[in-house]
Order: sequence, then structure tokens, then C-alpha cells
Amino acid sequence: MIRLLKPIFFEAASKNVFRTMVARYSVATGSKEHIDSLVKGKKVVVFMKGTPEAPRCGFSNAVVQILNFHGVENYSAHDVLADENLRKGIKDYTNWPTIPQVFIGGEFVGGCDIMLEMHKNGELIEELKKVDIKSALLDQEKGNKKEG
Amino acid sequence: MSITPEYLEDKLRKEILATHLEIIDVSDTCPGAKFQALIVSPEFEGKALLQRHRLVNTALAEELKNIHAFQMKTLTPEQWEQQKQKQ
Repeated sequence: MIRLLKPIFFEAASKNVFRTMVARYSVATGSKEHIDSLVKGKKVVVFMKGTPEAPRCGFSNAVVQILNFHGVENYSAHDVLADENLRKGIKDYTNWPTIPQVFIGGEFVGGCDIMLEMHKNGELIEELKKVDIKSALLDQEKGNKKEG
Repeated sequence: MSITPEYLEDKLRKEILATHLEIIDVSDTCPGAKFQALIVSPEFEGKALLQRHRLVNTALAEELKNIHAFQMKTLTPEQWEQQKQKQ
């Protein structure tokens, strides 16, 4: 009997230990600490509705398209629709009322309108340069010049 | 009561001394949900895009809680004059 029960007790005990560990060493999603950990030291981070593969809002999609256009790959994207705490938390963190939100080099850059404007006026190329990302548009320009 | 472009324009004239405004309601079904705005204000002078948008967001903080999407272009009077000449 004892032999039978032992593994069950052990399993239950270890689960509790695991839970306590998680609670102690992880911070609540959407907290300042959590968002700091998501954006600090990262080149490009996007908080959006849906995923880059399947955006669930036109504005989030526009940001994804702009980044694609500049050849930015491997940026981290966080789906705020999957986590209500994160959705609220990111708005408090930046004091910005809307999603999507883009961070470059750990700094909040803006939402869709600002990304679009920066894309148009060339500022985005400069911002990406600051985090050692060479915009794909620069290569295209060179190519065009050669042809011309 | 849904938010109208006129209401938003009125508020921006008072709050950020906007001199020229073109706000249109682009909601799909229920009015008052989506807007596109061209906002011209001397308050934008010397401010980066992010700061300009923050000014507007602050002025419309209450309204934005109920608005689903608010797209904006923020110009100084000088930039607005330049843009008019281009058109």
C-alpha cells in the first residue's frame, strides 16, 4: 500500500514545489517588470493583435508589412489578444492608448501611423541603423541606381 | 450618444488650439468607432511625431476609450501651408 501511494504523494508534492517556484521567479504578465524584460536589449519588438503570420487587425498588419518591406526579420511579436493583462499592461507602460506598439532598441517608437510616417520620410531606416539593422530598402536603392 | 467629428474638432480647437481640422468618420457600421484626422496646430511646433500624437491622445483621452481606431496626421501651420501648395 505504501509503495503504491508513495509515487502519488511524491508527484503531488513536486507539482506544488514547481508551482511555488514559478510564482516566485516569474513576474505577472503585463507588469512593468515583465514588459521591461520583453523590450530591453531587443532590437525590434512589436505588440500587436494576432501574429505576424496571421494579424487580426488592419493596423497590426500594416506594421508587419512595413517591417517586411524593410527586411526586418526575427523581431519579437507579442499577441495582446492572447493575454488581457498584457493588453492592458502595455498601454499603461507606454501611456499609449492603442495597439499595435513598436519598440526599437528598447525604446517605444509609436503605433501604426508613426511607423507609416517614418517609413515615408526615411526616419525608419535611421532608427533601424541604430540597432545595426540595415534596411532592405537601402539595397534596393543601390540596385536601382546601378540600373539607372 | 456616439462621438461625432464635429465634437472632436471642437475639443481639439479648445485643447490644443488646432487651427485647421479635417476629421472624418470612417466607421464600418456603427458611427463613432473609427476616425481619420488631419490636425494642424501651432502646438506641434518643434515636437517629434511621438510627442505630437501624445498631445492629441491626451486631449482626447476620454473619447479614445470608446473609439476603436483614430488615425491621425499632425502638421504645424507651416507644414500645412507647404502641403497645400503641393496639392
